[in-house]
Amino acid sequence: MSEWIDVGAVDDVPVLGSRVVQAASGDIAVFKAADGTLFALRDRCPHKGGPLSQGIVHGHSVTCPLHNWVISLESGEAQGADQGCAHKIPVRIEGSRILLAASALMSRAA
Amino acid sequence: MPKKLVVIGNGMAAGRALEELFARAPGAYEVTIFGAEPRVNYNRIMLSPVLSGEKAYEDILIHDDAWYETHGITLHRGKQVVEIDRAAKRVVAADGTVAEYDQLLVATGSMPFVVPIPGATLPGVVTYRDLDDVNKMLEAAQNGGRAIVIGGGLLGLEAAAGLKAQGMEVTVLHLMPTLMERQLDPSAGYLLQKAFEDRGIAVRCKANTHAILGEDRVTGVRLDDGTELPADIVVMAVGIRPNAVLAKEAGLETNRGVLVGDDMRTSDPDVFSVGECVEHRGLCYGLVAPLYEMAKVVAAQLAGDGTATYTGSVTATKLKVTGIDLFSAGDFGEAKDRQDIVLRDAARGIYKRLVLKENRIVGAVLYGETGDGSWFFDLLRKETDVSELRDTLIFGQSYVGGAPLDPMAAVAALPDDAEICGCNGVCKGKIVQAITDKGLSTLTEVRAHTKASASCGTCTGLVEQVMTLTLGDKFAKSTIEPLCGCTDLGHDDVRRLIRAAELKSIPAVMQELGWKTSCGCAKCRPALNYYLLCDWPEEYEDDGRSRFINERVHANIQKDGTYSVVPRMWGGLTNPRELRAIADVAEKYNIPTVKVTGGQRIDLLGVRKEDLPAVWADLNDAGMVSGHAYAKGVRTVKTCVGKEWCRFGTQDSTGLGVRIEKFMWGSWTPAKVKMGVSGCPRNCSEATCKDVGVVCVDSGYEIHFAGAAGIHIKGTQVLCKVPEEDECIEVIAALTQLYREQGHYLERMYKWADRVGTDSIRATVVDDLEKRRNLYDRFVISQRNAQSDPWAERVAGRDAHEFRPMANFTLAEAAE
Repeated sequence: MSEWIDVGAVDDVPVLGSRVVQAASGDIAVFKAADGTLFALRDRCPHKGGPLSQGIVHGHSVTCPLHNWVISLESGEAQGADQGCAHKIPVRIEGSRILLAASALMSRAA
Repeated sequence: MPKKLVVIGNGMAAGRALEELFARAPGAYEVTIFGAEPRVNYNRIMLSPVLSGEKAYEDILIHDDAWYETHGITLHRGKQVVEIDRAAKRVVAADGTVAEYDQLLVATGSMPFVVPIPGATLPGVVTYRDLDDVNKMLEAAQNGGRAIVIGGGLLGLEAAAGLKAQGMEVTVLHLMPTLMERQLDPSAGYLLQKAFEDRGIAVRCKANTHAILGEDRVTGVRLDDGTELPADIVVMAVGIRPNAVLAKEAGLETNRGVLVGDDMRTSDPDVFSVGECVEHRGLCYGLVAPLYEMAKVVAAQLAGDGTATYTGSVTATKLKVTGIDLFSAGDFGEAKDRQDIVLRDAARGIYKRLVLKENRIVGAVLYGETGDGSWFFDLLRKETDVSELRDTLIFGQSYVGGAPLDPMAAVAALPDDAEICGCNGVCKGKIVQAITDKGLSTLTEVRAHTKASASCGTCTGLVEQVMTLTLGDKFAKSTIEPLCGCTDLGHDDVRRLIRAAELKSIPAVMQELGWKTSCGCAKCRPALNYYLLCDWPEEYEDDGRSRFINERVHANIQKDGTYSVVPRMWGGLTNPRELRAIADVAEKYNIPTVKVTGGQRIDLLGVRKEDLPAVWADLNDAGMVSGHAYAKGVRTVKTCVGKEWCRFGTQDSTGLGVRIEKFMWGSWTPAKVKMGVSGCPRNCSEATCKDVGVVCVDSGYEIHFAGAAGIHIKGTQVLCKVPEEDECIEVIAALTQLYREQGHYLERMYKWADRVGTDSIRATVVDDLEKRRNLYDRFVISQRNAQSDPWAERVAGRDAHEFRPMANFTLAEAAE
């Protein structure tokens, strides 16, 4: 198994939107900012586990759909007064493909 | 004895490499060039001026015949190399010509990318790459007619401008939401689109071409949404890809392009590559500056300088369309450690943005005035520390070292006859005089007395500065709550300016109103999306990315990430067929909870997102549509059974409720609108704590409004009493439309009524029949585009990506 796993095409993720990659370790949200930069986080808000993939993407942040926490796409950290972190997952772009770190896809028990 | 150098490709990169080589090591090589085009080396980036008629082919020649002769080059024009035989160190052309080499330079360039859609090979479909393409376009343009350009990038836009200059009617189709999205941020993209539209070139963004139409020649294109556009010529300018075919066949290492190291050598040390066919450190380049930088290194290496290396390029882009000034360089993505300096001058169409990181420029976008582009680019490439220059940096090189202007000093220095408010022609002296003579101390008073900043409002800041100068500490700036952190403007100002300046897109609002962020936030984007939808119902295209998830997927998100689905039951009526379908759906999709709501609907809770389209399809089949239980919009009309059954009923309250709901469903409003119709004052449908309620009485209909039963419990107020059902519906629609036009996003009707005053509402929708009629008419117009079932649209495939995961690896591991 290689270190990086191809999870889809760059064009599969809409600008200012997000797609979910289902993994043994739990869902991963892949985001695309207005400038085209791609990010991946665990699809769980550090607050109450809301699916960040369903939030509104703005700048390099996403707002959780459940209680409006704003999470940085760059670090996974909650912004403002809120504290917590949705873990960031390494992303690599090769040509038109998105690759995620294989270790992040495997179940944590493994 | 000179060594033999064979060059495959006679384009700009190869030409520049040879020039550099001849300068460094004259006579060191005997050069043979194979060029697939039947002509000498010309300046490909100047094709656009040739297309627009501003230049001729002769003007863009780089090397004439004499140049090849002087340097003793054997030029095989129009001969395509079909084989590189690395073992024998020779190349073979299609016509059998053979040339042996000591060193080989692969400069095969790039190929235009042709979108593989039906009709892509029809005559009349051209790419935009070489002089032959330009000649084809010029020929087509002779007869006028319509041109469609697919691709709103650099090349596509230049082609569009050229074809327009040649007298064609031109439409640009672009897949992305804004033009040149790879080089420009949405604000600059918006200005660019406006400039093209002002020249009479139609631009359609988010346009996905489905097929090119025509039997034996192109006649038009069809888009994904079914729109058909007629065309006499279709230009495909969606991009290029490196042409690495020959190198790959020769066994050289390739990926997207021919792989080279920093010394520009391929995997074979005797074979170099240069230009657009190259892939270096994972990047392929399509702009001329990097190609020239590569050419320099190739030449140095060929001349024997083994230390010369190419380490990649920072690129800058300029659009070559006369009258449109555009410059972009570097990286302008947002990041926490980056800061923006933005200058907007909406009236003159100027937008400048510098992106700084650790006091260094990392990106620059200039629109409308690009004179300082090269200076910024220089600072960017040299990674110059700009902290000393920062105060005046955005104004350009000529301001370096000048004292930063104090805005108050600037206003103080204005003479009394300087115009402050352009809309109403109010000068500074008049404002000062009004303040002192009449003892004014608030912006509202100044507006009332002088009209300054009372129209478009863009001079509000200036007026406030004049007030500060005149009043000193006595002037307390208004404390209007800004819409969000991205702007200083409040909801009212934003709404007024959207209408006054006819702003019809989110980037337009952000540009013209000076948004402080490049693409807004989760607070302002949904608000702007609603305001635009409300004000331009026939033009504005809903932006799903600016909607809260519930309105994007037409269901309500629950705490565990599942959704709830509420089918519409008109006026709370249902029947066995619908109930059976709901029961079937609940069983089929294992829906854990089925609940009756307060609005007389059935709620299916715990539906998995990926099941949503299938659930809707089944409910659609039974005749049910979305209940909009998730919407900032018209939700439910709750009814009692009225005179049809009830011994106290005075009117057909159920029938009226159904009629209201069928007329008003689908309407988007600032916040949710819940309604009720009761058949008598006993009020079984609880109409007197709804946003809009009707209480039927013997003599007609009492219309109530501005009630709520949420965080605040508020009884309704009576708006008016009307004798007929038709008039009742007209008043309710007019009331709702007034709320739609005046309400702040997320402001419930009762809060709006408190803010603007119930008397003013009553005066508009009850007493003034003309205003009522106009409001009603505007509501009807907006409903034309609102009443299509969002569930059916998504069952038919719209936004399919919302409902499917991109990939699933949960089982992959188990299989290992």
